[in-house]
Amino acid sequence: MSSDVRFTDFKSDKQPTWCPGCGDFGTMNGMMKALAETGNDPDNTFVVAGIGCSGKIGTYMRSYALHGVHGRALPVGTGVKLARPDIEVMVAGGDGDGYSIGAGHFVHAVRRNVDMTYVVMDNRIYGLTKGQASPTSRSDFETSTTPEGSKQPPVNPHALALASGASFIAQSFSSDALRHQEIIQEAIEHDGFGFVNVYSPCVTFNDVDTYDYFRDSLVDLQETDHDRHDYEDAKEVILDADKEYQGIIYQDEDSVPYAEQHGISADMSDIPDGAPENATDLVREFY
Amino acid sequence: MVADFNWAIGGEAGDGIDSTGKIFAQALSRSGRHVFTSKDFASRIRGGYTAYKVRTSVDRVQSVVDRLDVLIALTPRTIEENLPELHEGSVIIYDGERTTMANAEIPEEMVGLDVPLKRLAEEAGGAIMRNVVALGAACEVTDFPIENLDSALEKRFKDKGQKLVDNNQEAARAGQSYVAEEFDHEFDYELETTDNDYVLLNGDEAIGMGAIAAGCRFYSGYPITPATDVMEYLTGRIERYGGHVVQAEDELSAINMALGAARGGARSMTATSGPGIDLMTETFGLVATSETPLVICNVMRSGPSTGMPTKQEQGDLNGMLYGGHGEIPRFVLAPTTIDECFWKTVEAFNLAEKYQTPVYLTADLSLAVTEQTYEPDAFDMDAVEIDRGFVVDEETIGDHQTDAEQFKPHEITDDGISPRAFPGTSGGAHMSTGLEHDELGRRTEEQEMRVEQVDKRNRKVETAEEREDWSPREFGDAEADTLVVSWGSNEGALIEALEYLEEDDIDVRVISVPYIFPRPDLTEAVEAAEETIVVECNATGQFADLVEHDVLERVERINKYTGVRFKADELARDIKATLEA
Repeated sequence: MSSDVRFTDFKSDKQPTWCPGCGDFGTMNGMMKALAETGNDPDNTFVVAGIGCSGKIGTYMRSYALHGVHGRALPVGTGVKLARPDIEVMVAGGDGDGYSIGAGHFVHAVRRNVDMTYVVMDNRIYGLTKGQASPTSRSDFETSTTPEGSKQPPVNPHALALASGASFIAQSFSSDALRHQEIIQEAIEHDGFGFVNVYSPCVTFNDVDTYDYFRDSLVDLQETDHDRHDYEDAKEVILDADKEYQGIIYQDEDSVPYAEQHGISADMSDIPDGAPENATDLVREFY
Repeated sequence: MVADFNWAIGGEAGDGIDSTGKIFAQALSRSGRHVFTSKDFASRIRGGYTAYKVRTSVDRVQSVVDRLDVLIALTPRTIEENLPELHEGSVIIYDGERTTMANAEIPEEMVGLDVPLKRLAEEAGGAIMRNVVALGAACEVTDFPIENLDSALEKRFKDKGQKLVDNNQEAARAGQSYVAEEFDHEFDYELETTDNDYVLLNGDEAIGMGAIAAGCRFYSGYPITPATDVMEYLTGRIERYGGHVVQAEDELSAINMALGAARGGARSMTATSGPGIDLMTETFGLVATSETPLVICNVMRSGPSTGMPTKQEQGDLNGMLYGGHGEIPRFVLAPTTIDECFWKTVEAFNLAEKYQTPVYLTADLSLAVTEQTYEPDAFDMDAVEIDRGFVVDEETIGDHQTDAEQFKPHEITDDGISPRAFPGTSGGAHMSTGLEHDELGRRTEEQEMRVEQVDKRNRKVETAEEREDWSPREFGDAEADTLVVSWGSNEGALIEALEYLEEDDIDVRVISVPYIFPRPDLTEAVEAAEETIVVECNATGQFADLVEHDVLERVERINKYTGVRFKADELARDIKATLEA
């Protein structure tokens, strides 16, 4: 990888259509910086995006990318990474994409522990469809589809990840640019599925989970005695509903990524002009 | 008429019916006889009637018939279920010491052989081998050299140790000797052997083998009857050729993983059945719009909804042709025989990559689970050709970039085919999306570009129609007044039906169509015929509708949707009745 890659190389010539002040700007900048900082370049990077405001990210970044259907970005990323272990894969989506329509995939992607990074831009609201409840919306949050609040507890993505056997669980805040970038960088460098939930405020439809709210309430785990390698510590932080955290919540030091467990290392795009060598062995099996 | 012999073993699901039947089929194949198998089975793990049937001849057999010569019955229901097929002189092998079989009624005109299968198996080393004792008994009844069974048993059990092989071979001999010593009866059967070498495989296996031969490296799927065999075949084999199988959490995931691998540049595939196709339809449009080469195999079963999961049907044709919102260019291939399952799979991968378009590869249940013998040359690996289509590398990519060196994955071209750059190709970074897009893959709602991209994607299909061979397969009398058209697995039964029809002086031209879209133009053939009959396993005649649409003429229809495949003699009767009506 060329070391002279700058993060702006990951910028496309399309101007984002996110609302001015949207948290997604900061989230994306941190992703681009982290990719450049970890020695990647646009030609060896594959970004998979879901649907929603967050899903537009593939358009605003320059890399190989697929903007897929709603909620299925993780399976696409899984396929890219297993077929091309040499490619850096980053999957990005929103809270609706990841924890509602794609919740089933989230659980299994976590379990599979494929070596890729999953960034969820969590704004606790559906923005692109103009303000409906999301799976991470507070139970009393009034929206156009939940005028009296959803009366359902929000999904706790970190708990879902931990319960699914996650090897890397982190939380960042798009507005804390440096910490956000550092955390994404660690997720990229992690051997396995690097999951980062990013508080990425929606300035248009969410007047509760605002920049000010997160700024005032976030506790940086780096500044506490939290041990990221301690499962019990992680559990305690994750189940504490009274506080908002940022930092690496949990990292399994012994994480072995899927490809390694299954002996996958080849570039699967490289195939011969005819049937593979020894293919006739397959016919002989049927004697 | 083929001088054939028909044998079956039946009992409850969980009785080892399938593996026992397979061993006998293998023994026959190894003896140089042709074999065609079929299964009556229930999807329950245990309980319910299930049977494995083998039709065998020294000549090629490619259908089932309504006749059963020797039946190994592990339950009374097995006899009841098969009464219509049993005939005078049919031999029924059963274990009268088994509680459920103590009062089994053997019809008078048949020969009942009460063989203590379990007791003899225990003496040979374990009750579990009782079915093998029955196979030994069957060898004696059919005058079939038991060394062929030895060979099949060795193949089946050698991985588990020589002791097990020895025990099974001993169990088989116990059954053989018992019949020879205890029954003073002249059986009419004699299964002669030949020096021919055959391979024995089913359609699912042929598809799996075809995928590996075609360079498929990535398979993701979710288990579903009757497509699971494709996945199970690939698991443990594809790895030897540098590939991998992922069991996904559902079909939504399976197709998206396969899509991801294809975007990575791998030849990739998923296989499922109707209920899974329903879920995959969500992503199907994305595959086509992002111009991703993908092979989606649909092993059809009886629907709608959960339908009859272990039963035959060709009901998904319209779903594959029209499924998904919007207008989606696609190819639909439907192999008609097991060897064609192999070749059409190879073709599907080439079509997918040459035209960067999704390909439905569909087999019906009968084709998928039926085993049939072929000469090994039918799967000549040296004849496999790989065409990856329009892929650019670092040297050629410059011709497909903008002035700002942006790669154009959806470049507007005369033949509709755009360049493809695999990730890692320098200068190839690009976006692709399910949104309408410009040549760079960036979202657009600009009217002119929208029209250009839609036309370009559709033009790929037109190009394929011109460049590729979409010919059907033909059998029978090309000059006959009666034309019978079929698709999918009915071909074998139709070919054999020709012999029955010939006896009644009915000449028939058969056109068997392996391409659903694009498909051959049958106008001339239909116009030349006095009567055209379309045969298919569904209730509404979905392919007949297509033929009528294409040729603007009404056709006769023979439809079967009982969940059971056509039999040759039955089909001959149906055709005759249609002509007389």
